[in-house]
Amino acid sequence: MSSNYQYVPEPALVKGNHDFGSVTAMIADLCDTQKNKTPMGWYLAFGVSNILLLVLLVSIGYLFWEGTGIWGLQTPVGWGWAIINFVWWVGIGHAGTLISAILFLFRQNWRTAINRFAEAMTIFAVMCALVFPAIHVGRIWVIYWVFPIPNQMYMWPNFNSPLLWDVFAVSTYFTVSLLFWFVGLVPDLATVRDRVTSNLAKKVYGFLSLGWTGGNRQWQHYEKSYMILAGLATPLVLSVHTIVSFDFAVSIIPGWHTTIFPPYFVAGAIFSGFAMVQTLSIVARKIYKIQDIMTDDHMEKMNIVIILTGTMVGFAYAMEFFIAWYSGVEYEKFIFMQRALGPYAWAYWIMIVCNVVFPQLFWFKKMRRSVAVTFVLSIIVNIGMWFERFVITVTSLSQDYLPSSWSYYSPTMWDVLTYVGTFGLFFTMFLLFLRFLPIVAIAEIKAVMPQADPHYYHKDHEHGKVSKQASKQIAE
Amino acid sequence: MSQSNPKTENPIVFGVLAEFANPADLLHAAEKVRDAGYKKFDVYSPFPIHGMDDAMGLKPSKLGWIVLGHALLGFFGAIALMVWTSSIDYPINISGKPFLNAPAFVPVIFELTVLLSAFGAVFGMFFLNDMPKHHNPLFNSERFDRVTDDKMFVCIESSDILFDADKTGAFLKEIGATHTEIVHD
Repeated sequence: MSSNYQYVPEPALVKGNHDFGSVTAMIADLCDTQKNKTPMGWYLAFGVSNILLLVLLVSIGYLFWEGTGIWGLQTPVGWGWAIINFVWWVGIGHAGTLISAILFLFRQNWRTAINRFAEAMTIFAVMCALVFPAIHVGRIWVIYWVFPIPNQMYMWPNFNSPLLWDVFAVSTYFTVSLLFWFVGLVPDLATVRDRVTSNLAKKVYGFLSLGWTGGNRQWQHYEKSYMILAGLATPLVLSVHTIVSFDFAVSIIPGWHTTIFPPYFVAGAIFSGFAMVQTLSIVARKIYKIQDIMTDDHMEKMNIVIILTGTMVGFAYAMEFFIAWYSGVEYEKFIFMQRALGPYAWAYWIMIVCNVVFPQLFWFKKMRRSVAVTFVLSIIVNIGMWFERFVITVTSLSQDYLPSSWSYYSPTMWDVLTYVGTFGLFFTMFLLFLRFLPIVAIAEIKAVMPQADPHYYHKDHEHGKVSKQASKQIAE
Repeated sequence: MSQSNPKTENPIVFGVLAEFANPADLLHAAEKVRDAGYKKFDVYSPFPIHGMDDAMGLKPSKLGWIVLGHALLGFFGAIALMVWTSSIDYPINISGKPFLNAPAFVPVIFELTVLLSAFGAVFGMFFLNDMPKHHNPLFNSERFDRVTDDKMFVCIESSDILFDADKTGAFLKEIGATHTEIVHD
């Protein structure tokens, strides 16, 4: 073995010449409406989002008034856009938890730049997802039947049903994500509390930060809590899309009744979620000038996750066909032939092109580091993932066991408006987040800066010196 | 009592607050405060500092036990809920499935265990950290506003047996504090 080795440091996580104070100023002051006037563009985007949110509310109001007949559901297709949109939004949410919990457990320090952002996206995406199961039930006034609450029939929910598991999975996921996000926010809300100029803001942030002082006796329990939450959220996030896939896999519909669904759904969820993080962060880092924190390195790392999960999804598409053939079940074989060549072939090939073909561009470093390519691809991926859920849901149902009942499913105007409306909900929430909350985890960013390590200050420490010089070079 | 600056008027001394220049100095200061025998003190920083728990002589956090208690509550609570509703209170024959259908109970058992554990992790942490607590004498110090920005402090509280406003202040200066002040309640 050669004794010559070179110490190759990780590239600096925070670019530019920043100290703790400048990091605080860069992020915390974004919340201060007096130091940072709200840009015109924000009002414009907020206005458009509000209009879309109204569209959602009107669609839901009309649905409650008239019933689910306003949607394009017809025998044999009893599941349509509502579940497609639900799965799509929940899937998007998964990236946030993956970044905040799984990458935390793997000590991937680069996550600190994007975790707050991604967690916020998770919460708002899950809110959008929760709209659909809540409104689709038809008799909305008895929605409480999904919970084990005593009622006049003395009956309880059916715990054999995957749809009920889903109620528990998604509501737990939402609650835990919200708590995790809030715990992460507390020290940063305290930072904002100590800096904002207006009295009202001081009171509001002061109230929300719960009297945080940054004492080590607090940090000790805080870090423990954060680690336990990460440990809980990791299996939770994997379980959520697993249980969502059970909605399909536990039924005996050809094309749905497969054991590959849980891992395949989880991979697809992470795939689309990372794409959504890219879409949002590329715009936000530009507008809020935080490219020193959300760097091109972060973008590249996320693109690597996208090509990894995209390839897993592509592999799952291939395996589904193989198993359909290998099982020898006529119905399975028929359904898969119909997917690729039948009446919905157009949707199937959109899915393949968006999810399997386009992400291959990310094999090239130049493409992974190109902001424009990443932005366009991130949107293409989410279009592809929407079509994946469309293909799964609709192709299997529209041609069921009885050919005389086959029909072609099309959505109505209300299906489209409800879906478009959820973007209004999502962006309304997201814009409020961008305006009023610290969009990067300030305390966590500081903790991964070299100055946060007590060893940094021993000037004679050879190792530290080398890494400092080298990281400076890389930063340049 | 003047309206503009009531904090200096209050005679109750909360403790001595000392500022340190960087995480390394803070870590060493914590060690020295611990070795001097102080118990009622805390170290304040904008981010958690690696090795500080040992430097302060803190015992490991008990949060894990709180979470374990909640996890068990969630686990057994979920089983009790499903067994009681599905096979005791009102068993319903659904496609001939058993009333006590253990495999089907797994997802809900898992979810409720995680949910209750998360409650334990978050609210247990708030409980151990004495949060929410919006009144804190330290907030009377103007310099302390920057503890969430880039400043680091040690505060030895007057409730400590060894506390003496002058001597403790001098001690903190001696171990490298760049600035000390007495904080009133």
